[in-house]
Amino acid sequence: MRPTFSIIFFTVLSGAGYGLLFLVGASLLYAPALISGFGELASAADLDNLAARARFTVEIALAAGALLTIAGLLSSVGHLGKPLRAWRAFSQWRSSWLSREGVASVLTFVPVLGLLGWLLAGGDIRSSVTLLGAIVLAVLCAATVFCTARIYSSLKPIRAWHNAHVVPGYFLFAFYTGALWIAALYTMPFALSPISIPVGTLYLFNAFVIAPLCAVLKIGYWRSLRESPKPDAGDATGLARLGTVRVFEAPHTEENYLTHEMGFVLARKHAQRLRTIALVLIVLAPMSIYPLSFLVGNVAPWLVVLLGMLGVIVERWLFFAEARHAVIAYYGR
Amino acid sequence: MTTLPPPAAKKLGLVIDLDTCVGCHACAVACKEWNDGGDFGPLPDADPYGAEPHGVWFNRVHSYAVEQKTPAGARELTVHFPRSCLHCETPACVTVCPTGASYKRAEDGIVLVDEDKCIGCQLCAWACPYGAREISMQRGTMQKCTLCVDRIYNETLDPADRKPACVAACPTRARHFGDLGDPDSPISQLVAERGGYALMPEFDYKPVNKYLPPRPRRDGADAPKPSPREETLDRDKLPGVLRWLDRALSR
Repeated sequence: MRPTFSIIFFTVLSGAGYGLLFLVGASLLYAPALISGFGELASAADLDNLAARARFTVEIALAAGALLTIAGLLSSVGHLGKPLRAWRAFSQWRSSWLSREGVASVLTFVPVLGLLGWLLAGGDIRSSVTLLGAIVLAVLCAATVFCTARIYSSLKPIRAWHNAHVVPGYFLFAFYTGALWIAALYTMPFALSPISIPVGTLYLFNAFVIAPLCAVLKIGYWRSLRESPKPDAGDATGLARLGTVRVFEAPHTEENYLTHEMGFVLARKHAQRLRTIALVLIVLAPMSIYPLSFLVGNVAPWLVVLLGMLGVIVERWLFFAEARHAVIAYYGR
Repeated sequence: MTTLPPPAAKKLGLVIDLDTCVGCHACAVACKEWNDGGDFGPLPDADPYGAEPHGVWFNRVHSYAVEQKTPAGARELTVHFPRSCLHCETPACVTVCPTGASYKRAEDGIVLVDEDKCIGCQLCAWACPYGAREISMQRGTMQKCTLCVDRIYNETLDPADRKPACVAACPTRARHFGDLGDPDSPISQLVAERGGYALMPEFDYKPVNKYLPPRPRRDGADAPKPSPREETLDRDKLPGVLRWLDRALSR
């Protein structure tokens, strides 16, 4: 399949955005316990001060998540033939995963903007309103990422997408990029993480748990691609029952939409090198750069965000570009 | 609505005879010609008179060489293979559509695109393993075979002309149009008689259109080679000298 950059940026940016928002929601569940944990050490005024700092951190993270998802969704509109009609895509949620994704992505903005408004208006980060918003936010983020993955995994003619690794992959990479953003945001100089985990643990978790998991999943996915059968012209035409089929003449002399869109071979030629580049960026960037934060401070986790996202862009480019569409068998390619 | 209608009794479709198709592309040209001027509006090309003309056709004629091994040696068949929308019974191109532009008609099963609702996201083209859908870069919307819905019900046309343009144009009558939902229709009987088959049934989209396989060749190559006959000799009927000779040589 031809890798369209608007769709690659859509899935990577919105994945990172929803991953980040999911983790913000999850971290807010810990906020009351964390702040009351300081109770014996600090006065009530100090606790309020801590809550306000945590609130400001969460506000920044919510805004960053919202910006990432909006950028992703706008990017996806760029690939439409009739972008002004995009609103129609919210109507067919009964049958279409693309429509469900649209509905879920917009619904997620209710808790995002609700929480942001509530906190900006001075709402307490320890209150049950925040807790409720956080739960709704986390659930809707997970649902949106699930719908995004199902858009692709539901397409049977593309074997590389109609594959058991695809849904877990979208979840894991959204979680990975979201966790990179969380690590960078929650360690900013002004920030107070609402979770009671020390910074080092956050880094260790990203570099030695999530990133290797991403690599293991991707290697398993690539192995399953190698094993999946490749239908040829004989299978596509049903003429295999008569003998060995080869293309005698193409139906047209020039390219058409199908050969242009679905006959993309560049990626399969360079797949091995690009896979290595993706894995190196995704795994080695957090492992090697986080330790530098003791020297360069908060620049290190931001550099990891940049390189990790770049790795996921390469991974996503391959996800599209390596996939072979069944129709291309008619052309004997 | 992109949810599928309940299964209808009437299933209009095409049956394509791979035995008689000569690969002349008349069906493809007639299709392009009709649909460039039919009710669905023009079907413009990019660079139509330039070096690399590029545009939407609803029908594409592939040609394949099929190598067969026969007792008399290898043989190659040339099979011409027109490829167009199969108007599937459970088409994924309809259910994936986010806008309701893609739909299957409840009354006759024809799969159509509502030009006014299509946003050009191309997900339907990705969902179709048969390559039935092509986007028009000029119009920004998805295009596909309409089974000439603007001909087959067109009361301004002579009843004999109320069939798809590709069927009307075929000089070898390799294309047949009719109701494949009615087992007694001539087209259904043709499928039963000739062992018509659906393309890539493994996707389970249940194509309505069927293909009739090429008939067996009549060059005799498929017949088994006559095996050299065993000669029998009745020794008792031989004259005396030969009978002795046969006995001596058989020893």
